[in-house]
Amino acid sequence: METGLLAYGAYLPVRRLQRAAVAKTHAWFAPGLKGLGKGERTIANWDEDAVTMSVEAARNCLSGQDRDAIGAVWLASTSLPFKDRQNAGIVGDALSLKSEAMTLDVASSQRAGTTALMAALKGDTPALVVAADRRGARAGSPQEMTYGDGAAALLVGQGDVVAKLISAHTEAVDFVDHYRGEDGEFDYAWEERWVRDEGHLKITPKAIKALLESTGTDAASIARFCYPAAGRNVTAMVAKAAGLPEGSVADNLQSNIGETGAAHPLLMLAQALESAQPGDRILVASFGQGCDALLFEATDAIKNRPAKSIATQIDKGRADDNYARYMTLNGLVNVELGIRAELDKATALSNHWRNKDMTQRMMGGHCTECGTNQFPKARICVNPECGAVDTQRDEGFSDKIGKLNSFTADRLTYSPDPPAYYGMVQFETGGRLMCDFTDIDSDPDHQPEVGMAMRMVFRVKDYDRNRGFRRYFWKAMPATQEEI
Amino acid sequence: MATGIRDKVAILGMGCSRFGERWEDSADDLMVEAFVEALADAGIDKSQIDAAWFGTGIEEQHVGKSSVPLAMALRLQNIPVTRVENYCASGTEAFRGAVYAVASGACDIALAQGVEKLKDTGYGGLPQRSRGTTNDMYWPNASAPGSFAQLASAYQAKHNINPEDLKRAMAHISVKSHDNGSRNPKAHLRKKISMDQVLNAPVVAEPLGLFDCCGVSDGSAAAIVTTPEIAKALGKKDLITVKALQLAVSSGTEAGHNSWDGSYFQTTRAAAARAYKEADIEKPRDQVSLFEVHDCFSVTELVTMEDLFISPEAGAIKDIMDGFYDADGKVPCQIDGGLKCFGHPIGASGLRMIYEMYLQMQGRAGDRQRQEDPSIGMTHNLGGFPHQNVCSITIVGREGA
Repeated sequence: METGLLAYGAYLPVRRLQRAAVAKTHAWFAPGLKGLGKGERTIANWDEDAVTMSVEAARNCLSGQDRDAIGAVWLASTSLPFKDRQNAGIVGDALSLKSEAMTLDVASSQRAGTTALMAALKGDTPALVVAADRRGARAGSPQEMTYGDGAAALLVGQGDVVAKLISAHTEAVDFVDHYRGEDGEFDYAWEERWVRDEGHLKITPKAIKALLESTGTDAASIARFCYPAAGRNVTAMVAKAAGLPEGSVADNLQSNIGETGAAHPLLMLAQALESAQPGDRILVASFGQGCDALLFEATDAIKNRPAKSIATQIDKGRADDNYARYMTLNGLVNVELGIRAELDKATALSNHWRNKDMTQRMMGGHCTECGTNQFPKARICVNPECGAVDTQRDEGFSDKIGKLNSFTADRLTYSPDPPAYYGMVQFETGGRLMCDFTDIDSDPDHQPEVGMAMRMVFRVKDYDRNRGFRRYFWKAMPATQEEI
Repeated sequence: MATGIRDKVAILGMGCSRFGERWEDSADDLMVEAFVEALADAGIDKSQIDAAWFGTGIEEQHVGKSSVPLAMALRLQNIPVTRVENYCASGTEAFRGAVYAVASGACDIALAQGVEKLKDTGYGGLPQRSRGTTNDMYWPNASAPGSFAQLASAYQAKHNINPEDLKRAMAHISVKSHDNGSRNPKAHLRKKISMDQVLNAPVVAEPLGLFDCCGVSDGSAAAIVTTPEIAKALGKKDLITVKALQLAVSSGTEAGHNSWDGSYFQTTRAAAARAYKEADIEKPRDQVSLFEVHDCFSVTELVTMEDLFISPEAGAIKDIMDGFYDADGKVPCQIDGGLKCFGHPIGASGLRMIYEMYLQMQGRAGDRQRQEDPSIGMTHNLGGFPHQNVCSITIVGREGA
């Protein structure tokens, strides 16, 4: 049995910040940003973080897979929402994975995604490796231009793999090109040319050569080289230094996504897999206090492509030149939010625990007496013709497609990104919910309408700024034809 | 076998403060203003009141909890006072408590009073509050207009109605209520408005614009009730009696069961059917003289007129545009300006509606007096959201009508 990748998927937030709008805003102070002011980057919505993006990438990865077979969840990120509360556990919950699955957060390096992948590949159980970052950057910084938000997920294990692992190699070198300390809100970076010459061009080729030598692989046989480096031509220079073919250099997605941190090597790997042919050798490497390098070979099963590809998600991006909104939603400007934003969003943790399956797994009920599905699950059946007591078994709602019954776009209530869209979503197999919507397109031609198909996504429901907590719940968004 | 409330209790006196932005007055001032009027109208001494019911909704932001604030403000000396809260039906709940107490024979004379001091919240509309620790975890962060606005989307879709036609009917409702409010010296909003003003106003929650939303006001209203026998013994003639008191509360069907389509109020239909039966009214469209319904938003009034079985289903737009509910129409609705213009101090609103019926039936409604001798009046409150709410209905009328 081969060990390797059983499935893969990615998630890109739908909004694409236009870099020209950023450069224009800061031109008075930092005219040099104009050089980076081309193309676009992904930006997470106000209700997205590394956890929610991981969930969505994992859902794209796990389509058609047996979730009960998953024995471990590795979550890699440098922007985990909780410092002391296991983030991977929230992801596992939202995916309705069994509680026996081992969960682990991997953090503190741009290599976190690849290191988690290497470790998972050594394991003896099918593992979900998911990497995500929502990267903070100072307004007007080069990082704000080159960073992106996103997530990638890989299902790792033995069996009918789409790509088998040939080998992996790691080099741990405490080369500090940038860092973020315990109290740091943003990254602090050293000069790019030094990082390129002494970091990328010395550490990475060494790791790649060691990997190729250990497996007796001819560098010329590499079909695709996935290596995140935002700087212009850095990946090509690394490829050259390592003897890799010029044509193998994969697009670093800088023009349309930006660098998605710990997720980026896995995102580039997923993109390479989307177009790989059987037999293609894909080398993925990452840079961050050393280098991880992994070599895969696509199998015949590579022809099973994920339903929601990165290419499709790139195509469906929504251009956004509202840089003021980006700054506001990311706390880069101190904006008056109005009295309605003052409401205390405290969470009673005991109550949160009691309702955890309802909020995080979107677990509702199915009445075994009358067959009515309902949300939330209750002691007494909601069907007025039934009313049976204690007859409900768990019924998951997160993957159901609903139909819009009624809705509004509310400009009075507080929403970080008004108007607040919400309404009644009715599920065809029974059950309904008055719920928030998210990612609604402001284009007048794409407004919600009664009867529209809706799907559920896992998002941040509320931030409790007073206590540093955030609670999650599921929100509705219009479903595409393929998702119905 | 229950026989209902019909003609068992009479209104002895009523009072209502001026509604509005009463910056200089506290909730206590408002309560005293309404109570003094009611007591004088009843022609009794305060010591003759056996018990009181106090309705208020957002007490955290003015008087605080319990019935003590009413007893303290009015100096009710150690009598039983009960505080009730049931969303926007709180005022009617206070009335219901007082009327039932009299009907049961537990007391001879009872007071129902409601108050709300909303202009100390700092909000333009209703204040945003926690909905309970569990609900906050999954309910949308909905405002009142956003909740009720959804009636429009569902109603339009169900009856295949052109959004422009619905918008115009909603606008007619608001123009009508402003016309009526302009003739009411106690009303919060007294300026007439035009259709164009309504249609071009900024959107609050689609499709509701600014003028589709009722006023958020300070105010208080009070009713003193007793038995018809005692009222007559106290020298009252041409009594106004209670014909029906009904309350319907959502059990979760609308919120959780797919049998409700979102275009109407299930509770209003249930409460209205029971109220007509209790009042012995068979043809409400012909028999009810006046309506005061819970027009928190224009679309609520539109849908409600069908739920009260006055306009046929999908027929409210036609009735509204025909002027059926105008002050000079067949059956006026909100002849005092309604929540829209009289204002909506939550705990007082239900009692304010009954106050208007009481004045109209006694010919004391001043410039807005209905000439066609009203004999049956129906009031209606909705609290909560279309998908889970409290609906209260009161019918009052001339004794024997």
